[in-house]
Amino acid sequence: MTQFLTILLDGTSYGMVLFIISVGLTVTMGLMRVVNLAHGAFAMIGGYIATVLVLKLGVPFLLATVLAAIAAGILGGLAEITVYRPLYRKGELPQVLLTIGLCFVAIAALTFFVGPTPLPAIVPAWLDQMVDIGFRLYPAYRLFLIVVGGLLAFIVWLIIERSLFGARLRAAVDDPQMARSVGMDVSRMFTITFVGGCALAGFGGAVGAGVLPLEPFYALRYLVYFLIVVAVGGMGSFRGSLVAALAIGIIDTAGRYTVPQFGGFLLYLLVFALLLWRPNGLLPPKSVA
Amino acid sequence: MTPITQNPPAAVPAQSFRPSMLWHALPWALAIGIYFIADGYHGLGTNIMIWILFAVSLDLALGYGGIITLGHAAFFGAGAYCAGIFAIHVNNDPLLGLLVATLFAGLLGFITGMLILHTRGETLLMLTLAIAALLYEAANHARWLTGGDDGLSGIRVAPVLGLFRFDLWGKTAYLYTLSVLFVWFVIAFFVVRSPFGRSLDGIRQNAKRMRAIGTPVWWRLVAMYALSAAMAGTAGALMAQTTRIVGLSSLELLTSGVVAVMLVLGGERRLYGAFIGATIYVIVQDLAGAISPFIWMFVIGFLLIVIVLFFEGGLMGIIDDVVNRLKGRGRKDQRS
Amino acid sequence: MSEADPILKVRGLCKNFGALAVTQQVDLDLARGARIGLIGPNGAGKTTLVNLLTGMLSSDAGTIVVDGQNLEQAKPETRVRHGLVRTHQINTLLMESNARDNVAVAVAERENYAWRMLRFGRQWRACQAEAQHYLEEMGIGHVGDRRVSQMPYGEQRLLEIAIGLSLKPRILLLDEPAAGIPSTEAHVIHDALERLPRDIAILLIEHDMDLVFKFAKEIVVLVMGRVLTRDVPANISANAEVRSVYLGRSAV
Ligand SMILES: Nc1ncnc2c1ncn2[C@@H]1O[C@H](COP(=O)(O)OP(=O)(O)OP(=O)(O)O)[C@@H](O)[C@H]1O
Ligand SMILES: [Mg+2]
Repeated sequence: MTQFLTILLDGTSYGMVLFIISVGLTVTMGLMRVVNLAHGAFAMIGGYIATVLVLKLGVPFLLATVLAAIAAGILGGLAEITVYRPLYRKGELPQVLLTIGLCFVAIAALTFFVGPTPLPAIVPAWLDQMVDIGFRLYPAYRLFLIVVGGLLAFIVWLIIERSLFGARLRAAVDDPQMARSVGMDVSRMFTITFVGGCALAGFGGAVGAGVLPLEPFYALRYLVYFLIVVAVGGMGSFRGSLVAALAIGIIDTAGRYTVPQFGGFLLYLLVFALLLWRPNGLLPPKSVA
Repeated sequence: MTPITQNPPAAVPAQSFRPSMLWHALPWALAIGIYFIADGYHGLGTNIMIWILFAVSLDLALGYGGIITLGHAAFFGAGAYCAGIFAIHVNNDPLLGLLVATLFAGLLGFITGMLILHTRGETLLMLTLAIAALLYEAANHARWLTGGDDGLSGIRVAPVLGLFRFDLWGKTAYLYTLSVLFVWFVIAFFVVRSPFGRSLDGIRQNAKRMRAIGTPVWWRLVAMYALSAAMAGTAGALMAQTTRIVGLSSLELLTSGVVAVMLVLGGERRLYGAFIGATIYVIVQDLAGAISPFIWMFVIGFLLIVIVLFFEGGLMGIIDDVVNRLKGRGRKDQRS
Repeated sequence: MSEADPILKVRGLCKNFGALAVTQQVDLDLARGARIGLIGPNGAGKTTLVNLLTGMLSSDAGTIVVDGQNLEQAKPETRVRHGLVRTHQINTLLMESNARDNVAVAVAERENYAWRMLRFGRQWRACQAEAQHYLEEMGIGHVGDRRVSQMPYGEQRLLEIAIGLSLKPRILLLDEPAAGIPSTEAHVIHDALERLPRDIAILLIEHDMDLVFKFAKEIVVLVMGRVLTRDVPANISANAEVRSVYLGRSAV
């Protein structure tokens, strides 16, 4: 029982990190229909910036993560305007390659400035302790991740489901042609969404460094997880990405704890079967359902 | 008005020889020439040719067939592990090992292709990724067979045809790889010009059109995918036999990415694009990597962005443009 | 099978898109060498009918019998091999290939060459030579080397027909061959249609009444997925019901 609850908590905190990073990717892939393999790079940039701020300049942890999010958002906006825009009209292969190229450049640049060794996780003292949660002592950091993830999920939900911008966004994901023909400024919407998604990724990379350790190949190593969240949840589906991220977090954790000899094998097998069964994911938006 | 006749014309024009066909000899002449002058670089040359073979295999599936994949390393790695394990446990004859690895990878491509080629776009991309990841995890955990993350070592390969031993300088490996590459290249060259290859080019452009003329689209994609997988398997097997070690990295996402990068760098759907792309990639990696492993990542990443945004035909496309400009005519259809 | 039996016999064909019944109990016979027009207002389900007949869509009920053989469950490629061929209302062509290769891939498919991987020389050139023949018959022989994306729209329409013809069909379903062509140029398409081989049964979908009434010996009227009536052109234009649902809104 204790082990079951531990798996649930560990999986949920891990899933929340996946969610924070991937939710931007699901919206950009669903809305802009671009295969974006560079999304992990923005998470990595956020993580690196926050770590440097904390370790070299002594900036407080929370402030550092927010600054990292802002920086990742700005870089994301620049990238959207310069290299992503020409990409929307191209096929999947150019999209794949250009975004891999971006990944490479980001990896090279970060390594050049910060160094080729893995970075230590920046967990401040107030999170680096155990809390009694009734049945066992549990790391405060992981609880923090669950709370922050839940909070962000709620905020993103408010924006998407309750705001005018969100209504337009949903309309554009469901029917891009229609959105354009009723005179929405779709390209501005793309930029704003992209900035938001990258900022979230940067934030996720920074706060989640204790779960997804920062190292030079971070952008590629965890990319598969982010993409799986998107594909399993259904591209462009906010709820889908939350469900998928938590499910993947829990299943992956459970797999590693209970049948370590199979490791990630189980997860990929499930993803494979799921995509054969439902090619558009669990909760696809209307446009592809 | 005369009704349209449906009788095919009897006379089929004969293929005439054109001097420009002699260009096809160039890469092979170069490769043989390099063999004699490049002492100390035969290992590098072998490595380049293996990547060329791998990139050509991707060109068949992705370039000609339009099968969008980020998991081609699955077949490269499968071929490599199969050849290595076969040499250690069964028989260390190189040609036999090559054949077994090729068939194994081809079969794997056939089976997975049947499963996934109903889908398209991002879903297909994810499925290819998942297959490669599955194999990676399988190889990682089957330590008793693959050596896990230590890699598979202790591969010993008998002389080719019982005559030519693999020497320390890699000269035999060089010629061995060159011959295998040549055989596969000739096959690929014929395939893309055959009615089969043309129909795949049609599927890539417009599957609906091909269905309307009676093409069994799915079967044809599966066939091309299996062929391409077999070829990638050969490349992996060559890597195993010539370096005598197989690492998990042969199944990595990065490997799938790198081979796609090579292909697009050189230019897809022209076979020779893979030659140029792989050569430049490996050489840049070798030179820049000597300074810092991350400089080549920067150079390659930057090149990719520039190529995708400004030169869709890759380096071969640029060469074509220059040649045509020199000849004073516009760009003509690439595939004729 | 006697010669008098219809080459195509459709019975009780049905198709729903969710709650929308697009094809309802359609019966349709085509004799060998028939010239039938299929008319109906926009959204009547004409293209859907073609999709059902060629297997691009699967039907909910009904039988499709070609020359005595039920093809209801058959794959699209099998139906093409039985001589059931279509053209598209919206050009569906290989835009990056040239016109000749567009036809040549169809010829290769028809001749079963398309599985041959290592015989590139003679056979492909034979396909191309035959393709050129069809292009010339359709009056576009001079653009054989042109990329389809660079061909004028009207020539692309003719190419659609040339591809269909090169499959040596027994039944040819022409989905608005003159769609999008200015009426001043429609005669090019008319002429091509007049010259189609006599032994092919043809179902012509067309909004241009002049064209259908001249071409067809019989006309089928489809309204909201149902066959309203089938008759010779003279009776169709006199039919009050047809007039009210269809002709009433277009000048005849
Ligand atoms: N894939 C689909 N899903 C849902 N509805 C469809 C689909 N295809 C067609 N329809 C609907 O079915 C109806 C019939 O369409 P169809 O294209 O067959 O009409 P049509 O007679 O060919 O019209 P037109 O003269 O404009 O070509 C239309 O209302 C259309 O909106
Ligand atoms: Mg129609």
